[in-house]
Amino acid sequence: MKRFLPLIIFAGLCVVLLIGLSLNPKEIPSPFVGKNAPTFNLPVLGKSQESFSPEQMQGKVWLLNVWASWCVSCRDEHPILNQLAQQKIIPIVGLNYKDKDPAALEWLVRMENPYLLSVVDAAGSVGINYGVYGVPESFLIDGKGKIVHKFIGPLTSALVQNELLPKLAQLNSSTK
Amino acid sequence: MLNHYLKQILCIALASVFMPIYANAIEATPLAADPVLEAKVLDIAVELRCLVCQNETIAGSHADLAIDLRNQIRTQLSDGQSKKEILDFMVTRYGDFVLYKPPLQTRTLFLWFGPFLLLILGMWMLFKYARRPASELTISEEDLIAARALLHKDTSKAPK
Repeated sequence: MKRFLPLIIFAGLCVVLLIGLSLNPKEIPSPFVGKNAPTFNLPVLGKSQESFSPEQMQGKVWLLNVWASWCVSCRDEHPILNQLAQQKIIPIVGLNYKDKDPAALEWLVRMENPYLLSVVDAAGSVGINYGVYGVPESFLIDGKGKIVHKFIGPLTSALVQNELLPKLAQLNSSTK
Repeated sequence: MLNHYLKQILCIALASVFMPIYANAIEATPLAADPVLEAKVLDIAVELRCLVCQNETIAGSHADLAIDLRNQIRTQLSDGQSKKEILDFMVTRYGDFVLYKPPLQTRTLFLWFGPFLLLILGMWMLFKYARRPASELTISEEDLIAARALLHKDTSKAPK
């Protein structure tokens, strides 16, 4: 037994390191989950006279998607957002983060516009309030204005199937 | 000849006029007009992790987010907020991970005291090993005879 002790310790170390490899250090649990979404009042992209604040979505389950025309991963997730909008799965509000209006508008024309509307956060201050550090990020917000889940990085069809849809089903059943 | 010297002097004069402009161009402009405020910003920024490039502090990173957060610290300091208030502001938005020094909590106990635990364990094992009685070493009678025979260079008595 004593002779195998180093081998056992080595095997244990291997298991610990293997678990470490499978973790994603980019995914930092958001301290916001379970808390109220921070409020803001920002101009609507393309309609600078109008403004939007999260209270307007009261009573609805919605997705706040942080995006920018300079963001490469946003290009990857855009078809997924288009799909969600076409199938009317969930209303999506865009937070256009540290972008330039003409570039953002041009992007929406070119890539289709899945958003109910987008708001302009040119300085990124609302982004800071939401703890945004890697665009794209998406916040699932319930009818009471509470953040249910945060998706860091681009949404994929796997994420939609395995996380978004089950959470939506859960939220819809709890409100009925 | 005089013309040649004049040319040289002109060259040096021109160089000395334009050098400072060049030197100025490669120097970074100060981030804030107020160096005292800037020192305070830095003091807070070194305690915060840049979440984009996770092994850098906000003070040391060139990522856009780090620049934004330095500006955020600067405005909050100008508004008269304390260091603790600003650190709390960051933690409520980015979580404990934003702090370079993890807070002492029940779930970070092992992180804080684990190394000491390993040190104590190692020292205990070393101590145990060092104080092991030397008498554990046993040599058979046959080997002793052989050794003695070799030492006395009397090969005839050594067992075959």
